[in-house]
Parts: sequence; structure tokens; C-alpha cells
Amino acid sequence: MVSVDLLPLLYQGAVTTLKVTVLSMGVAFLLSFLAGFARLSRRKSIRLVSSVYVEVFRGTSLIVQLFWLFYALPLLGIELTALAAGVAALGLNYGAYGSEVVRSAILAVPKGQTEASIALNMSPMLRMRRVILPQAMVIMLPSFSNLAIELLKGTSLVSLITMADLTYQGMILRTFDASRTFEIFGLILLMYFVMAYPLTLMMRWLERRFSAGRV
Amino acid sequence: MNFASKEAPVVRYRKVSKSFGDLTILREIDLDIAPGEKIAVIGPSGSGKTTMARLLMTLEEPSSGTIEVDGEHLWHKNVNGKLVRADEKHLHSIRGKIGMVFQHFNLFPHMSILRNVTEAPIHVLGLDKEEAIDRAITMLRKVGLADKLDHYPTQLSGGQKQRVAIARALVMRPKVMLFDEVTSALDPELVGEVLAVIREIAAEGEMAMLLITHEMDFARDVADRIIFTDGGRIVEQGTPEQIFYKPESPRLQTFLSRFRAG
Repeated sequence: MVSVDLLPLLYQGAVTTLKVTVLSMGVAFLLSFLAGFARLSRRKSIRLVSSVYVEVFRGTSLIVQLFWLFYALPLLGIELTALAAGVAALGLNYGAYGSEVVRSAILAVPKGQTEASIALNMSPMLRMRRVILPQAMVIMLPSFSNLAIELLKGTSLVSLITMADLTYQGMILRTFDASRTFEIFGLILLMYFVMAYPLTLMMRWLERRFSAGRV
Repeated sequence: MNFASKEAPVVRYRKVSKSFGDLTILREIDLDIAPGEKIAVIGPSGSGKTTMARLLMTLEEPSSGTIEVDGEHLWHKNVNGKLVRADEKHLHSIRGKIGMVFQHFNLFPHMSILRNVTEAPIHVLGLDKEEAIDRAITMLRKVGLADKLDHYPTQLSGGQKQRVAIARALVMRPKVMLFDEVTSALDPELVGEVLAVIREIAAEGEMAMLLITHEMDFARDVADRIIFTDGGRIVEQGTPEQIFYKPESPRLQTFLSRFRAG
């Protein structure tokens, strides 16, 4: 029996997992705000486009979306790399959830705040940027924090479209030596946690920063 | 300084109505406010007092009628002799002449007291930071809160919050200031400090004020003119003397007697 060193392969997998996580988070964050603001638009057509996006990506399975982007799109002549398909699926899916967080947080800021800023003759942009968003951010952060951690763990799905992420490496290692299954998956659990926990800490730090003045 | 003034009015309501669905709040209100005039609006709740102020502050759009500020239409634009609905740009160009203090203060909770008061001067009026801070501190001193610059709204009492809100509105130097039941949300022992500040500002003179209030003694002392609204109409108006001691309409008489009894 060959004894395989587990850590280098798992480490490689973790790097891939982190890469997919960071890129998808960027896409999801951007889409959250874009679609969230679009849902609040005065124009009906913009609201409609955004609701269709949100409902489609929230209402269908992430893994099917992933397969669709990776295996079905090529039939239409659009070939995505595994990374691009993974980032697109995760970003679009979590962006749909995130947009609801953005929308509801903005609506949760008391109306009096908007009225006070109108009374001070602030423009709609200024109102949003300096009065509403800073308060909405505090409301958004706990939900964003949940979504970010879920996204990190959700990246394990990309192992199903040929990407050698942390989960994929674990599966491979297990086929080498099934007797170390306990050790392998134990290590993987630990590594996911080690990546997720800093996210939690960062979000808590942001929450504290954004809630200055409120007890 | 009274409603017989010959000066051109700073605000002019003409046949202004407001409904929400089937509910009519204001019915063809006509009202002129002279520069520097202090008007107190009294009346039962739901009589349309607050809506009158909210229309002028552009928080609510009239269903019909026109409002002019300094001779210019507020909610309408004159395009080739025709009145069309105003856009945000037009509202912005006129709204700066009006200021408002709210029943529930509506301070910005994420900003220090100083920033609450400097935010609009810097970002709306375009003052540089030092000038805005100077102005803000002068105003905060006037309302007796110059020692709370670095505090946050949550650290203040209701009366203090309302005084900050007054400073925040004053620092924009409006021509007309609206006070919408500014003491109604306060504990009774904090009402006095807020009314004292408003009395002081009123005594300075040049700014017109529309004071929506349930404080009858205060209205009598401060106002040049008192307006009594009921059912969306101005039912009676006159000097404090006339309104409080020689009320004519039965509705005003009933309203005042309830107040005296209560």
C-alpha cells in the first residue's frame, strides 16, 4: 500500500476552493446590490427584469444551474471553463438571495430618515449614500455573513464539474486509501472551518464598525 | 408682521387639496404666509394640519391646487405658459427655502451630533468644512448643546434630540420653518426646554414659522396669527386674542372648551 501525504493535495484543493469563493462572492455582492436596487426602482420594467432574475435563480436548484451552465450551454455554442461556470452559477444564485437582503434592509430603514433628508434638501443620491445605505448596511451584515459562509461551503459543488477543489481532492485521496477516510474527511471539515471562521470574524468587525453610535 | 401685511407672501397655498384614495385630508386650502410671520395651526387630530406642512416640505404631493414659494411654483413648472408637474430638479431648487422639524426628531443615528448638523451644509449647500462646523457650533450653542458635539443621538434625551433637530434645520437658513408637533413625542418635563428654544428663535424675527401644535399657551404667546383647521378646512383664523377669547365658529368653541376641560 502506498502511503500518500494528504496535506499537499488538500492544500491545493483549498486554494481552488478559496479562489472560487472569492470570485463568486464578488459577483454575488455586485448582483445583490444591482438587483436589490433594481427591485426598488420606480420603473416597472426594471423591477420586472430583476424579479424574474431573483425568482428564477432562487427557485431552481443550484446544482442544476451549475450543470446547465457547464454541460448545456456548450450545446448552444457557448463554452465556459469550469471556473467560469462555477463562479457564474454561485454568483448568480447567491446574488439572487443577496438582492432580497439588500432590498429588505433598505426598506427597513425608518421612513423618517428619508423625510429628514428631503427636508434638508439632499438629492436622492446623497440620501441613499449618506443616510439610508449606512443604516441599511448594519441590517444587511448578519444576513450577508450567513450567505458568505454558505457560499464558501456551496463551492464544494464545483467538484461535480471537474474542478479540483477541496472536496474533490478528498474524494480522490479516499480512492487511494479508503482506510484513511476518517482522517481525510476530518481534515476537510477542519479546513472548511478554518476558512469560514475568519469570514465570521470579519463580518463581526464590519458590524461593529457600521453600528457606531447605536447601542 | 401680521396677516394684514402688504408684503408679498413667502408662501401661498391656492385651492390645495389632498386625498389618499377615498380619504380627503385637505379641501381647497387657501393660505398666505407673510415673510417673518409666525402662524400657529391648531385643530383636532386628522384635521389636516400636518398634511399642510408635509405638502410644503415636498414630502407629499397635492392632489390639486398650487403652492408658491417666493412667487415661484413649488409642485409645478411653467413650460410655455402651461403648468406641468415639477421634477426632482425643480423641487430641489425651491425646497431649500423651507425647513422642517419633525415630531419624532428623525436625527441620523449613525452620525455624531456635530455631523448631524454639518452634513447638509457641507453636501447640499457646498460650504467648506470649517465654515459648516462654525455654523453648526453657533447653532448648537444657541440650542444649548455645544457640549454634546461628539455624542450620538442615542445618548441624548428626547428634549435634547429635538433641540439638535432644530439646530440641524436652522443651519440651512430657511425662509420658512415648519414645526410639526415637535413636543408631542416628549415626556412632559422635557416640553419646556424645546418650547423655550423655539420662542427664542421666533423672537429673532426674520424667519417665517408654521407651528403645528397642541400647546395652546405657547401658540398664544408666539403666534401672530392662529389658524384653526377641522375636517380638512381652515374653519377660522385670527389673532391669538380673537381665536382664544372671541371664537366665532361653534366648532372652534367646542375644540377650545375640550382643551380647557382636559
